[in-house]
Amino acid sequence: MASSQQQYRLESVSKVFGRRQVALEGIDMAIHKGERVALIGPSGAGKTTLFRLLNCTLRPSSGRLWINGENVETLHGQRLRQARRLIGTVYQQHNLVPRLRVIHNVLAGKLGQWSTIRSLFSLARPRDVELAHRALAQVGISEKTFERTDELSGGQQQRVAIARVLVQDPEVILADEPVSSVDPSLAVTIVKLLIDISQTTRKTLVVSLHSVDLALAYFPRVIGVSRGSIAFDLSPDKISEEMLEDLYAGAVRGNGVNEAVSVPGRAIAYSSIS
Amino acid sequence: MYPAEQSLTHRSPKTFFPYLFAALFLLVLIDSWQRAGIDPEVFFEAKGRDSLWKFLNGMFPPDLSRNFLSLMVRPALETIQISLWGTLFAIVIGLPLGLLGTNTLMVRGILNEAELEGAPLRRALRYGIYVLARAVLSLFRCIPEFVWALMFVRAVGLGPFPGVLAIGVAYGGMLGKVYSEIFESANNRPLEALQSLGANKLQIFFYGWFPQVLPNFVSYTLYRWECAVRASAVLGLVGAGGLGQQIEISMRMFNFNEVLTILIILFLMVAAVDYLSAKVRASL
Repeated sequence: MASSQQQYRLESVSKVFGRRQVALEGIDMAIHKGERVALIGPSGAGKTTLFRLLNCTLRPSSGRLWINGENVETLHGQRLRQARRLIGTVYQQHNLVPRLRVIHNVLAGKLGQWSTIRSLFSLARPRDVELAHRALAQVGISEKTFERTDELSGGQQQRVAIARVLVQDPEVILADEPVSSVDPSLAVTIVKLLIDISQTTRKTLVVSLHSVDLALAYFPRVIGVSRGSIAFDLSPDKISEEMLEDLYAGAVRGNGVNEAVSVPGRAIAYSSIS
Repeated sequence: MYPAEQSLTHRSPKTFFPYLFAALFLLVLIDSWQRAGIDPEVFFEAKGRDSLWKFLNGMFPPDLSRNFLSLMVRPALETIQISLWGTLFAIVIGLPLGLLGTNTLMVRGILNEAELEGAPLRRALRYGIYVLARAVLSLFRCIPEFVWALMFVRAVGLGPFPGVLAIGVAYGGMLGKVYSEIFESANNRPLEALQSLGANKLQIFFYGWFPQVLPNFVSYTLYRWECAVRASAVLGLVGAGGLGQQIEISMRMFNFNEVLTILIILFLMVAAVDYLSAKVRASL
């Protein structure tokens, strides 16, 4: 059974799209509160699907998933939204609303707590400007508060997304390839920023990374995902060169189920297999 | 291999079907020529030429007398007012029905995965609402506004109000259909992100969906308004007020010069509306 110290518990979780496209199969793992975990593996391995399970966007096809000791099978409607409120997600890109001003994208972090009416009024006249401003200052772009989001660079937009998570103030931060679309020097900064946030506010952090070096350097626990299953789940010092080669060997680039899912703007590809 | 590819690679050997269809199509065209009463001789016969000439000659010069123009001010304004309220009614009808008829909001895609997975009853209910909304929309728009106006004139009496209702219902159907397509074209990724932080559907709509599609939404709505200005002129012919009623009166009196004046006024009004909506679109 899931204990209260466990943020996540997965028991032989599988996710199948359509009838036979197996994205994940037989995933067993537990993540404790306050842990920092990195996920690595070739594209198409199932990392994005795993994230979508962890933030209650998808449900397992079979197996069981507990969040905070609650079985997600039992969560619907209001309770499902409450569960989601405690999970903040940073995506690779394209997860902000481009035509909205930065402040609204940041304050969107509060939507889980605001009533519908209140959130509508905030679009006309932003509430909690101070809160948004502080979050943006923490990620270093407070001067952009009132600009339109699509006028910002990719790296700046990723910071806005992180500021939104700060405003949301969740228990868990999930980051799915948060640095794949920014340049390498900025990548280190953003990963460090995420770690810093999770440490100072004692949040659980799960990050998937393209860069194995970043994962091994900054995370005490690294999970290798390959072809929909967990290849290894170890601390970095126990991960050998061979294991990494095996992890990425035989992965045909751009051939996986999740490739279609994780390519931005391919929502159509996604819905055609769902 | 997909069926479509098959038919491309293995072209079926000599079939006479294309020829049969071509022959049938020709027959239909010839038959329709007669039945539709198409008769180009009208333009050359003395009698036909005469009445054409009378009509065209009667139009010029247009009646620009102060007296007639001042009489036209009220109907012209009425046309604009009918089109404004008609379009407003159309939005009130089209927006909610369009939302309920949006696939990615109601049944499919990432916003419905967690809610509908393993809940067949809920899925069936949602699908039912979705189909019903689309059915109502297509019912509204497949009956032309002209026919709606005829019916509303019978129901609520002569005057501009049946015109407003006719435009509201017919255009509500068109707006709703196009709105749902505009909503379906929005990028899902920001919506997924909003959902994942605990926003409800309405919040997702106002924060993620509407801002994304706003330019398309506004420009299509303005285009419909432009059409409504034109339509409200036609509706007058069945007694639904506006400039159309004046066209009908002038026609019956054989005052073709007045008809031309009214057409010019109509043209200027549509051009003005077009200019105005271009300005609004540019400012978005």
